[in-house]
Amino acid sequence: MSLAGLFLVVFLLVHLSINLLILKDDGGKSFIAASEFMSSNPLIKIMEIVLFGCLFIHMIYGVILTIKNWMSRPVKYSVVNKTDTSFFSRYMIYTGGIIFIFLAIHFMNFYFVKLGLVDIPEGAGNRHDFYNMVINLFSIPSYSVIYIILMLLLGLHLNHAFQAAFQTLGINHNKYTPAIKVLATIYSIIVSVGFSIIPLYFLLKY
Amino acid sequence: MTKLDSKIPGGNLADKWTNYKSVVSLVSPANKMKLDVIVVGTGLAGASAAASLGELGYNVKAFCYQDSPRRAHSIAAQGGINAAKNYQNDGDSVYRLFVDTIKGGDYRAREANVYRLAEVSNMIIDQCVAQGVPFARDYGGSLDNRSFGGAQVSRTFYARGQTGQQLLLGAYSALSRQINKKTVTMYSRREILDIVIIDGKARGVIARNLITGEIERYSAHAVVLASGGYGNVFYLSTNAMASNATAVWKAYKKGAFFANPCFTQIHPTCIPVVGENQSKLTLMSESLRNDGRIWVPKNKDDRRKPADIPEDERDYYLERRYPAFGNLVPRDVASRAAKERCDAGYGVGSSKLAVYLDFADAIKRLGKKVIEERYSNLFQMYEKITDENPYETPMRIFPAVHYVMGGLWVNYNLMTTVPGLYALGECNFSDHGANRLGASALMQGLADGYFVLPYTIGEYLSADIRTGKISSEHPAFKEAEENVKEILNKLINIKGSKTVDQIHKKLGKIMWEYCGMGRNEAGLTKAISLIKELKEEFWKDVKVPGELNEFNTELEKAGRLADYIELAELIVRDALHRKESCGGHFREEFQTEEGEAKRDDEHFAYVAAWEYNFDDEPLLNKEPLKFESIELKQRNYK
Amino acid sequence: MNLTLKIWRQKNSTSKGKLVKYKLDGVSEEMSFLEMLDMLNEQLILQDQDPVAFDNDCREGICGMCGLYISGRAHGPDVGVTTCQLTMRNFKDGDTITVEPWRAKAFTVIKDLVVDRSAFDRIIQAGGYISVNTGSMPDANSIPVSKRNSDLAMDAAACIGCGACVASCKNASAMLFVSAKVSHLELLPQGKIEAAERVQNMVKKMDELGFGNCTNTYACEVECPKQISVSNIARMNREFLHAKVCKEKH
Repeated sequence: MSLAGLFLVVFLLVHLSINLLILKDDGGKSFIAASEFMSSNPLIKIMEIVLFGCLFIHMIYGVILTIKNWMSRPVKYSVVNKTDTSFFSRYMIYTGGIIFIFLAIHFMNFYFVKLGLVDIPEGAGNRHDFYNMVINLFSIPSYSVIYIILMLLLGLHLNHAFQAAFQTLGINHNKYTPAIKVLATIYSIIVSVGFSIIPLYFLLKY
Repeated sequence: MTKLDSKIPGGNLADKWTNYKSVVSLVSPANKMKLDVIVVGTGLAGASAAASLGELGYNVKAFCYQDSPRRAHSIAAQGGINAAKNYQNDGDSVYRLFVDTIKGGDYRAREANVYRLAEVSNMIIDQCVAQGVPFARDYGGSLDNRSFGGAQVSRTFYARGQTGQQLLLGAYSALSRQINKKTVTMYSRREILDIVIIDGKARGVIARNLITGEIERYSAHAVVLASGGYGNVFYLSTNAMASNATAVWKAYKKGAFFANPCFTQIHPTCIPVVGENQSKLTLMSESLRNDGRIWVPKNKDDRRKPADIPEDERDYYLERRYPAFGNLVPRDVASRAAKERCDAGYGVGSSKLAVYLDFADAIKRLGKKVIEERYSNLFQMYEKITDENPYETPMRIFPAVHYVMGGLWVNYNLMTTVPGLYALGECNFSDHGANRLGASALMQGLADGYFVLPYTIGEYLSADIRTGKISSEHPAFKEAEENVKEILNKLINIKGSKTVDQIHKKLGKIMWEYCGMGRNEAGLTKAISLIKELKEEFWKDVKVPGELNEFNTELEKAGRLADYIELAELIVRDALHRKESCGGHFREEFQTEEGEAKRDDEHFAYVAAWEYNFDDEPLLNKEPLKFESIELKQRNYK
Repeated sequence: MNLTLKIWRQKNSTSKGKLVKYKLDGVSEEMSFLEMLDMLNEQLILQDQDPVAFDNDCREGICGMCGLYISGRAHGPDVGVTTCQLTMRNFKDGDTITVEPWRAKAFTVIKDLVVDRSAFDRIIQAGGYISVNTGSMPDANSIPVSKRNSDLAMDAAACIGCGACVASCKNASAMLFVSAKVSHLELLPQGKIEAAERVQNMVKKMDELGFGNCTNTYACEVECPKQISVSNIARMNREFLHAKVCKEKH
């Protein structure tokens, strides 16, 4: 769970850096080049399998764990727990679930198009024309707003997930753990803000 | 007239235990498997005995009234455990520990037992460290020691302010290991309500399952009581709420003699009582006296804040009266001195029943950090309870009932006057005389359980290898069970108008008033008649709600109180008969001109062992105390 | 002060329970929470009602027997105390206080507020010890232990086994309890010898008994009356991974 999660954490950074190329004012040249590299390089192909494996394990494990955890307290308290803990750490399955729904839509919009499972949307030249697909989607303001909200939730999920993964792997050190926690916050801000900049850019542009 | 044989082995004092161990009868491993031993109580003595007997291969059945053996009240001991390791190179030795313990006990303990205790003390530390007890250490990695009341060497090993907890968890882990190996069967939430005697030997117990209320029979070849002390006779004490004397009292009624019941220890440093609803007194470890200075204002009824009282208007009465030991005098001396000041009108706080324990000087000398390191958990506890910060304002303390030196009479083998019935730890009388030194209770509990009983019980059990299983269908079991049921039935059917606690509080007041820190003939005589009246009131008017066959805390409490009332009478009787002051027993008629205790070695250098005599007054048996290796002196801490 | 109490009443483990409301007047602020319940019980007994059953013993915060879930917090609103040390200063006149037993699959209710915590004993029995027999030990000072490790071991060993960690964990996980024992023993040289077997046996037993998993919300650390650190959980995870990955099969 934690290892798979940490892999996803790394993946998100790669994904983000490619996405940000959209903002480069070259008519999408760099972005297209990068996405072409990502869909053709054999090493990336292998990593893609690993990525899906991790995603799958992370989700299934998350669901199994949650169900087991629910079962370990068959009679609930009548007063909800008021212990002072970080709020979102208690709701990881929910933020995770929402991210899963987003992923489904995200795949419909991009990945399945590439695989040919879904028809090429209007305005896109071919199955690999992610640049225009992105521009098309973000020209719908409501889509952009929902996208930004989801990225914020992703950030909150990551903020807890990042440092919790280290704890689960047994890495808790009175020198480094505070740094890991700060890093987790910086990372989750970068990811959520980074991904949000693109729709924000399009919202403001159009 | 005495029927008491203490079975002290011959030879020099220092060789007795070694000689004994070399010749004591053994039981072969194959035969140990055929022998059952019941251990009642899972404190330091009980858990260590059960674990060690299990390791040897006996079939052990261990009992505790709590939900887990780890809860036994040994866990609350704070300060430390003594041992004659001499790690500090300050001149300690087995002999010195022996002398300090005998002297601290005001020469009313048995020499041979105490010497053995001092002798095995070192092994206890080794054993506990091997089990993983995290004793305090210095930066070099070796064990640290602190000093304690009644000693001039640093021989106390400690684990912060939670030494009892750590030692108990060590014994509990050893016990858990044996439970896992199935050599010990653990029966939690069981209260022992009678001891079963077959042909004059202890062969089992009757227990009540506290969850279902069922009465259960358990048989064995020997019964070991390690059920702790009876301080709750006083209602308010530092004992756990359910600590009780029922098992030892039933043993007494079945023929085990009760020794020196009046020797009760009042601990000098407890948080003072605040209200009528208070259920329990909280101890502040004696170790605080290492750095804290005890004082009261020199002026009566001084209402200024402690910080506003200038140095020359403070009376550091312990340092004044006992310059050699100062704040580190033994407990009985410190307690009486506090009482003396309060009785004279110098007490502090709203009740005027408290004295100051001040850390201002220690903080100035050592820095707040050092004090924090030593006592932070105690200071925090104090602040939670009283809402006062002891780093800034002195603690208010007052003596409270803490420990009982008296208990079932046992011989050198720790066997009571009933063959096959043993008593270990606080529930026996043997090692502390009339007063126990700090950090010695833990030592005694573990010595008895780890290193004494496993040897001595073999001597008795070696004669039992052909006996075979003891049947719990024997008529003696049936009779005991019916007797237990009858008492419980009676209790629940009184349906009177007073709760158990109401009557218990009354008993406590009688005991504290007439048989507490200061005792005299008139008061004690009065107490006997008051207790008799109270007994009548209890059996006529107590109200026990609920059913027999269910979880019923009030029923448990009622049964315990019934025994406390009877025991209280014996305590007072013993206090009345002992016409001398010694240790925790201070008879106001017997004191020096300076108000110090005056012992009478000529007439009272004996153990008073009381024998149950049914409806008549108990019979007194005397075990004379012979001191061969030590000279009797009036204690002097000046 | 005057209080309204809503207390979980349940006759025995098989019957159904419910919250029952009581009024209690004249509570003073220096009373402990349990003395307040004593006061209620005295009144109930005199009114021919069944008193509320709750576990308690030492009443000085060390035996670990008491433990109530008070208005949404294990051991109530104060930090670093057990229920028996919780003073009524933490409440004010007119408050409504809900008192429930610890809730977890592994802790069944025996009566009212009393629960069965023997699962904790069984975890310790599975390996929470150093296998040394009485008598077979070297001199205490022959095993030096660094002060730091000794202090950390003591921090972990301070656990009183009350179950507040399980009660406050949203997953009813016993990780803090188990890791405290694993850490205590693992930090000492004498405990290192069987560390790998210990952690595996204890974790296996914990899972068998139906405790939940750790999702790092750290509620346990907040409610622990002895403030045991979740760094112990990390240490146990590390030890467990090490045992599973690096140790050869027997």
